[in-house]
Amino acid sequence: MQPTSPQLTALKAALFAACLWPLAQLGWLAWTDGLGANPIEFITRHLGTWTLSFLLITLAVTPLRHLSGWHWLIRLRRMLGLYAFFYAALHFLTYLWLDQFFDLASIVKDIAKRPFITAGFTAFLLLIPLAATSNAAMVKRLGGRRWTQLHRSVYAIAIIGVVHYWWLVKKDITLPLLYAVLLGALLGFRALRLARERQRQLSTYL
Amino acid sequence: MLIKRPDDIPPSEITPRKLFEQRREFIKAAGGLALAAGLPSLAWAREAFPGLQKSAYSTLEPPNSFRDITTYNNFVEFGFGGKSQPAERAGAMKTRPWTVSIEGLVHKPRTFAIEDVLKVAPLEERIYRLRCVEGWSLVVPWVGFPLAALLRQVEPLGSAKFVEFVTHMDPATMPGLRQPFLDWPYSEGLRLDEALHPLTLMAVGLYGEELPNQNGAPLRLVVPWKYGFKSGKSIVKIRLTDRQPQTTWNLAQPEEYGFYANVNPDVSHPRWSQEKERRIGEFFKRKTLPFNGYAEQVAQLYAGMDLRKFY
Repeated sequence: MQPTSPQLTALKAALFAACLWPLAQLGWLAWTDGLGANPIEFITRHLGTWTLSFLLITLAVTPLRHLSGWHWLIRLRRMLGLYAFFYAALHFLTYLWLDQFFDLASIVKDIAKRPFITAGFTAFLLLIPLAATSNAAMVKRLGGRRWTQLHRSVYAIAIIGVVHYWWLVKKDITLPLLYAVLLGALLGFRALRLARERQRQLSTYL
Repeated sequence: MLIKRPDDIPPSEITPRKLFEQRREFIKAAGGLALAAGLPSLAWAREAFPGLQKSAYSTLEPPNSFRDITTYNNFVEFGFGGKSQPAERAGAMKTRPWTVSIEGLVHKPRTFAIEDVLKVAPLEERIYRLRCVEGWSLVVPWVGFPLAALLRQVEPLGSAKFVEFVTHMDPATMPGLRQPFLDWPYSEGLRLDEALHPLTLMAVGLYGEELPNQNGAPLRLVVPWKYGFKSGKSIVKIRLTDRQPQTTWNLAQPEEYGFYANVNPDVSHPRWSQEKERRIGEFFKRKTLPFNGYAEQVAQLYAGMDLRKFY
């Protein structure tokens, strides 16, 4: 299956709109008084879990591409990655603005002393260079190899993101565990392929 | 006297003055009729606890709405998955018949039917602050009576030093019990002098009505100067002991949840600061007060203790 160029454009537009769904949901709930007794907590959690989800969706593109042979999927990846950054930025902004109300002293203390906030903040900082180098001009400027190396840091970011969630929860680790397992599968797929590739190269040398 | 109403009543729901004055006339007339007929007055017909006494221990802060208090709960027997789960799931819990046994180091161990518990002392309305260890707080108009009145009934022995509270455990109606995160049944404990303190409340209602299940029906503890998890819900057994009882969260994560768990802005939870709290319904966080603002009444219970060590 190979979509034509106009088909791909339409697909991209549809995907762009679909990715706004979590934000629209928040808007709707806010409008209908559905955010619960602690709306700030609800918004923070909602945006946080969607950030993790978009990271995993972005990381699923490559395995999906290899398994299905739909190589055009790669052309959707940048948008998905940027949405992960978009929701991460909103999540961080919610903490900064709604939760802490820009209380800098308290924020600095949180980041330094609370391991789960340290992890979350680190992951967010590491996402910034990836978002900043996401356009074609930056790929060209960095050169393909260096760009790829830089963007491999998304593996570490996703791991730190899951750790951030894991450390936050009180006792019921069901959801963080689910994210960890999915991430493990996505990274495991890559490790396996890499190992097989090495094996193949080795056998051609022999 | 301050008359408070929940803040979530839309203006459209507020009865116009003229109409409610007519209603009062109607009720008076109806009451007169009922009296004439030798029936209890209609005006009381829907009130669960008539003749509630006001308490000097009540805060003057405005209570949170009934909706906030009854839809934002931690009651882990009904799930760990969010604050709305208890309200969604607790309806299945059976709260009648209900008994509470009081045993251990007492002269007169006894099993009370809930109906008899309600007669132990005059019921009061107590408007207390509630501070959760997670960093949020509510103001709740509880209905209850001092725990001391209940303990007096069984006459604690001189050797009794602690009180253990064991809560309801019914796997058929409590899906949270299937999860292995905590040792069930959920148990909590107090030092005897804390249990006998006049602020320590056995609550049976809120907003003048019987406790909704998600808030710990039919009988729960309320210790307003401690983090909320100390106040066990749906209590079935109270045991007096000479040794500090094992308590559920303390067993699960001792470095995060101490036995004392007094509200203390100076002792951080390992994962977050306790300096501030979000009062449900407010945008800005407020400063957390030592002993949740009840220091004047309870601080002397801990004189000479290192509260960083006994957190």
